[in-house]
Amino acid sequence: MAERDSQMTIPHRVRRVPRRGLRSFLIHAVLISGSFVFLFPLAWMISTSLKPIEQTMVMPPKWIPNPVQFLNYLRAVNFIPFFTYARNTLTICLLGTAGMVLSSSLVAYGFARIDWRGRNVLFVIVLATMMIPFPVTMIPLYGIFRNLHWIGTFRPLWVPAWFGNAFNIFLLRQFFMTIPRDLSDSARIDGCTELGIYRRVVLPLSRPALAVVALFHFMYNWNDFMGPLIYLIDQKTFTLSLGLQFYQSQHGGTEWNMLMAASTLVVLPIIVLFFFTQKTFIQGITMTGLKA
Amino acid sequence: MTRRERHDLRNGLLFIAPWLIGFGAFVAYPIAASVWYSLCDYSVLKPAVFIAADNYAELGQDPVFWQSLQNTLYFAVFYLPLSAMFAIALALLLNTGVRGMAVYRTIFFLPSLTPMIALAILWMWMLNGEYGVVNHFLNPVLGVFGLRSPDWLQTTIWSKPAIILMSLWGVGHAMVIYLAGLQDVPHQLYEAADIDGASWFAKLGHVTLPLISPVIFFNVVMGLIGAFQVFALPYVLTGGLGGPVRSTTFYAMYLYNCAFKYLRMGYACAMAWILFLIVLGLTLAVMRISRGRVYYGGT
Repeated sequence: MAERDSQMTIPHRVRRVPRRGLRSFLIHAVLISGSFVFLFPLAWMISTSLKPIEQTMVMPPKWIPNPVQFLNYLRAVNFIPFFTYARNTLTICLLGTAGMVLSSSLVAYGFARIDWRGRNVLFVIVLATMMIPFPVTMIPLYGIFRNLHWIGTFRPLWVPAWFGNAFNIFLLRQFFMTIPRDLSDSARIDGCTELGIYRRVVLPLSRPALAVVALFHFMYNWNDFMGPLIYLIDQKTFTLSLGLQFYQSQHGGTEWNMLMAASTLVVLPIIVLFFFTQKTFIQGITMTGLKA
Repeated sequence: MTRRERHDLRNGLLFIAPWLIGFGAFVAYPIAASVWYSLCDYSVLKPAVFIAADNYAELGQDPVFWQSLQNTLYFAVFYLPLSAMFAIALALLLNTGVRGMAVYRTIFFLPSLTPMIALAILWMWMLNGEYGVVNHFLNPVLGVFGLRSPDWLQTTIWSKPAIILMSLWGVGHAMVIYLAGLQDVPHQLYEAADIDGASWFAKLGHVTLPLISPVIFFNVVMGLIGAFQVFALPYVLTGGLGGPVRSTTFYAMYLYNCAFKYLRMGYACAMAWILFLIVLGLTLAVMRISRGRVYYGGT
């Protein structure tokens, strides 16, 4: 293996003429300085989160805290009911994501794999709903949930996900269309019902696309600020994004090290999730842009 | 209709039933109700009272409404072209076959994962006029020209640029989409251009940009719809007040305040419909301008 690698790289190096070397050097120089700009805030956040309070204001900034104060994290977690908020956020995320994947895939199947009269007209309506800004429906929705006595509960934040979402339906429909029809036909001959084909043929072949929908919806719920702000009242039911804000306004920017520790804890799960699912993620974003 | 057709129709409708119900309850009815409320005095606590176009007339006289519209336009006018430029430039650099492309891509993408609320708090700290790390690095540079860096979020002039700057930090998302578009451009086209002796700029203008024009179009339209709904970032940065002196009161923020702070739901609905018309108008304008300029393959 090692031998093969070296064989592959040598001709590449020989071919490289000086001008190309300079060009590649310049590109790397720009990209590396860009990387500093992009990573700077996150690095600053983590660095501050580990500093003793008196070191947070020191200029020129010290990047490596001394001593490293992990205590900030402990204090941050205890200052607000952090784990309650984390559990609330996770509950909404999981319930919403489960519903979104199930409903969007069912609807997408109906649009992609069955021919019926009126299908295309309805699909155009699905697409058209993507153009409607949220504020247009926001107030009547609030009225509906108020009449259902759902204000102050998690339900307005996850129940709508069980009825699908135009964008995800669109995404999955495009994916389902690429699965050969012959597979459905042979399953049908074997006596499979439509629901059986959906479950045993189409879903297992669509794992990457389903993962994309699940990931994006999870992320959306995790980061959502406006939804919880509108529907949640009792502080015990707050989500992390809401809790962080409440916490920050209460402590008016004084204890930055603790605030940064709390922020790090909110950002971290998403970054970890990203690193484990990087390929799916990039694939998914690619899909959203190109299939439009 | 044959038996088979009826069978398929029934199955099709059953499969899309979740969407049909959701569409009725969460889209169609709210849209109709929103039109009606925009013509009413409505506070959610009491039944709506019809007042015809009074809300719309009042909006025309409302200085905060105009200010918020102006702020939002300011944001969109600077943010949209800047973000497109940065995203395309980064994607072009990564598409040169540079080594470590995946690593750079991850680095540039990471910030766009950061939750808006954490982003706001982080930047508030970094842009602080006294202790902020940004001004610490900026002041020596500006000092050469006898200038001082601004107290970003505390001044009416610099608060919007600060928010644009923060938003640009999330440009990695669009960059990934552009990069995928660039990787789809057929290699033969560049080879043909090379044979014709085309310069780098000629290839960019005649091959690359035309071929990724559908991706640009998609990103611009999506960016437009998003830019007019900026909410979480300014809301958190200013504690919902939109200060200093309303310089960061964006459209969606004022709308939210009208609805949930002042309980003027009808008024807010009228604002929402004006927003819809503006976004629709601008999207149609973009479509019009791009007609004949967006290349969809084939003939």
